[in-house]
Amino acid sequence: MTLLREPDRGTPSAPGPETVTLEIDGIPVSVPEGTSVMRAAALAGTDVPKLCATDSLAAFGSCRLCLVEIDGQRGTPASCTTPVAAGMRVSTQTPRLDRLRRGVMELYISDHPLDCLTCPANGDCELQDMAGAVGLREVRYGYAGANHLDAAKDTSNPYFEFDPAKCIVCSRCVRACDDIQGTLALTIEGRGFGSKVAPGPTDFLGSECVSCGACVQACPTSTLQEKAVVLSGTPRRTVLTTCAYCGVGCSFKAELNGEQVVRMVPYKDGGANEGHSCVKGRFAWGYATHPDRITTPMIREHFTDPWRPVSWEEAISHTARRLQEIQERHGGAAIGAITSSRCTNEEVFAVQKMVRAAFGNNNVDTCARVCHSPTGFGLKSTFGTSAGTQDFKSVDAADVIMVIGANPTDAHPVFASRMKRRLRAGAKLIVVDPRRIDLVRTPHIEASYHLQLMPGTNVAVLNAMAHTILAEGLANRAFVAERCEADAFEVWERFILDPANSPEALEVVTGVPAAAVRAAARLYAAGPNSAIYYGLGVTEHSQGSTAVMGMANLAMLTGNIGRDGVGVNPLRGQNNVQGSCDMGSFPHELSGYRHVADAAVREQFESEWGHPVLDRPGLRIPNMFDAAIDGAFRGLFVQGEDVAQSDPNLQHVVAALSSLELLVVQDLFENETAKFAHVFLPGTSFLEKDGTFINAERRINRVRPVMPPRTGKSEWEVVCEIATAMGYPMSWGSASEIMDEVARLTPTFAGVSFDKLDRVGSVQWPCNETAPLGTPVMHVGKFVRGLGHFMETPFVPTDERSTSRYPLLLTTGRILTQYNVGAQTRRTANQVWHHEDILDVHPHDAEDRGITEGDLVYVASRVGRIQLHARISERMPQGVVYTTFHHPISGTNVVTTENSDWATNCPEYKVTAVQVQLVPPAPAPEKGAEAVAPAEPVPVAGA
Amino acid sequence: MTPSPESELAELRMANQIAANFRHHPDDQAAAEVANHLRSFWTPWMLERLERLVDSGGEGLDPLVVRAAALLATPAA
Repeated sequence: MTLLREPDRGTPSAPGPETVTLEIDGIPVSVPEGTSVMRAAALAGTDVPKLCATDSLAAFGSCRLCLVEIDGQRGTPASCTTPVAAGMRVSTQTPRLDRLRRGVMELYISDHPLDCLTCPANGDCELQDMAGAVGLREVRYGYAGANHLDAAKDTSNPYFEFDPAKCIVCSRCVRACDDIQGTLALTIEGRGFGSKVAPGPTDFLGSECVSCGACVQACPTSTLQEKAVVLSGTPRRTVLTTCAYCGVGCSFKAELNGEQVVRMVPYKDGGANEGHSCVKGRFAWGYATHPDRITTPMIREHFTDPWRPVSWEEAISHTARRLQEIQERHGGAAIGAITSSRCTNEEVFAVQKMVRAAFGNNNVDTCARVCHSPTGFGLKSTFGTSAGTQDFKSVDAADVIMVIGANPTDAHPVFASRMKRRLRAGAKLIVVDPRRIDLVRTPHIEASYHLQLMPGTNVAVLNAMAHTILAEGLANRAFVAERCEADAFEVWERFILDPANSPEALEVVTGVPAAAVRAAARLYAAGPNSAIYYGLGVTEHSQGSTAVMGMANLAMLTGNIGRDGVGVNPLRGQNNVQGSCDMGSFPHELSGYRHVADAAVREQFESEWGHPVLDRPGLRIPNMFDAAIDGAFRGLFVQGEDVAQSDPNLQHVVAALSSLELLVVQDLFENETAKFAHVFLPGTSFLEKDGTFINAERRINRVRPVMPPRTGKSEWEVVCEIATAMGYPMSWGSASEIMDEVARLTPTFAGVSFDKLDRVGSVQWPCNETAPLGTPVMHVGKFVRGLGHFMETPFVPTDERSTSRYPLLLTTGRILTQYNVGAQTRRTANQVWHHEDILDVHPHDAEDRGITEGDLVYVASRVGRIQLHARISERMPQGVVYTTFHHPISGTNVVTTENSDWATNCPEYKVTAVQVQLVPPAPAPEKGAEAVAPAEPVPVAGA
Repeated sequence: MTPSPESELAELRMANQIAANFRHHPDDQAAAEVANHLRSFWTPWMLERLERLVDSGGEGLDPLVVRAAALLATPAA
């Protein structure tokens, strides 16, 4: 489409229930009570001139351009700050208003460089537009007086520049940072003529700014401008698509010149983000055209051989033949595949179909195995389906928000901004986390309770909260009686009231004072709307699934399910974790979470596919590695994942990958896993894909191709060709046809099609005859399984304990500017913020070891040892250290272990017993990873 | 091929962990729940290896797992 310019009605919509009718320039208009005159005029078809107003921000009333006349009122009120009233008669265009507006504009322009023709915003500048709209023809004041035209530019940020000479001090950037992003990094410094926008007493790069870009988007001039626009000019066309980073799933306008992306602008109509973005989504897309991209298929006999570029035909026939040979020699179950949450639903569905029909087994698993598989298990057991209960918007109605094992300001920043808005408006906050994450205390937000538990004790804390609620008579027994299974509740009630589950009994285990747990439980039970948001700090534990069930129990116990403002909400790590799970890429489930043992379900697929589906589960990812080392598993197809960096106990992973006869990697880059591959099939970036992603709120969003595949083929086409070459003809005419097949086979997707998504924007599953436009909030009136099921959640401590040899507990996680294994973000300017993984150490633990800020330290566990630079941080509790896994050279997962969730095998990334020691200063060793025993270096160093 | 000790340990560790999470129930119920979990989520290759561990004396295996393994021989209810 041509460049999509979204309407800006000046002030936000007012959700008032009553309608008010007024007249604007003689035209009657009816709007909700509380609407501004400016917005009412826009809705009536009249745009009142404005500069400081934009409909993403509350009215400010500073620019004095939007003046109007109102019958019966004196003066010329600002239309942005004047609410409508019944019978009001408004004039937006009179000789007096014309004169006043021209006068205001004349003053603005008298201190603005007249370089419009060479300005990056030429043609896309509200100041320029307004000068035209008010008919400004001369500036009488001249330019000889005091002005700001020589103010120095700040180009420190890698993605945008700040040119104060062009600033009109409308405060839109400051307000965007305050109200939309919630970082409060910007301010208006000085008074009167000396007023200027400033990122504190420093430049943008050195400031608190998180580079979300909201200020750039809000700026009506070229004061804050994308460097890409400065370089390439203003864009000319738009493609609506979806971000490929975290599970928030932001909608974007990809704005282009030809096939060149100029900028990504968050889409106001995007259901998940409503016009906001983070530094990754808005700016960090340059990896898609990075020179490291591989666009030609390659093969080699052994992974130590050099690659040989080949044609697609040769790569596909070679792959199919080698897979078949393995099956002939070692049996049908000797091969399998891993699907990726970074790929579209259509690509994932194609891979799992290839495995079940062409490979003829169920050896398909997805990377959700190592992040949110316990969510699937826990929520299905209690509520009946494997997904979060709410839409993101629901948080606007929450009174109490409990964030457990999640760090949304880093990992889900756009949702975090929405949550912070609600917290600033008065909602109470409970944080359950070993670390003092930003949300605990951030501008205008302070958690009522921070339960700073020891890693590995989530279940104990959740049980103690439930115990308190029941024992103190705070349960919603009416909800339980009406909505939940009585027998299961009785059993659970006896279990949870056992004194062993009291906060007092458990505080020695959790490290959280009983009084704090009781107070937090009372707050959660009081609500009236209490919502739980959680992340991998819940799931990546030996009792990840149990903790998910524990949260579901809490929500049912207090009746906090089935309406706005409540629920149990997993914050999914990657963009399409929800979708890759929905698409049937777990080895025990077909699409829509239906077990392969269900004969009726299998029959449906067998009829559609014309091929039998096995009735026993296949191998999960960790089991694949075990089987590879054992020799039973010989061939693996890896779609878009980097298991040799992301999966735990890398020495074991590398041993497994090295054992394979055939490793096929489909990816953008030659990642760590590809170093052990025999076939490399080049993949496509999100800018080349046609399909859908599903975010953490079950929202199915379209991913539209901005440019043709640089490889010449869609990934699903490659998969189809391999399946066909193996003797199972598999083809679709388009990605849309794949979704049609998903819809035919999956009741919760029965009403989904590309056509519908293109018409309505997005839908949240279930989307079917009952809910043709989707289901924002689930379990309204009744649970998916009918009655809610309380599950007993005994606390079973992890086997991973601190010892005298490994006295600290390491927990790992993510940071704002990098994403997962960093394959994408490391190939962008985001490197400026986080170019290496750092170890956070509590000051006392550091002092005990003689460690000071920036020292290089060994981090050793029972399975491996790495080196990192240390940062002394009071965010950490004593006894716990923290790092990220974004850089392969760090080899963070060299030290994480084989321990996993009891129910799903999700790795226990959050608890590893380690020792930290200063690296002797001389001779300075190479930074990188090494194994402890046997003394075999894990080949991730120096990557 | 003889299973490697390392991967044998994986089944032992995982099965014992599953047992630990059902141990709060009476033995019969817990054994049935362990068996049901294994049947639902473990691939035949893993179940065969578990069976071999049991057949070789079950050293290190939780007794609940041994009882569950016996139930696996019978079809699910």
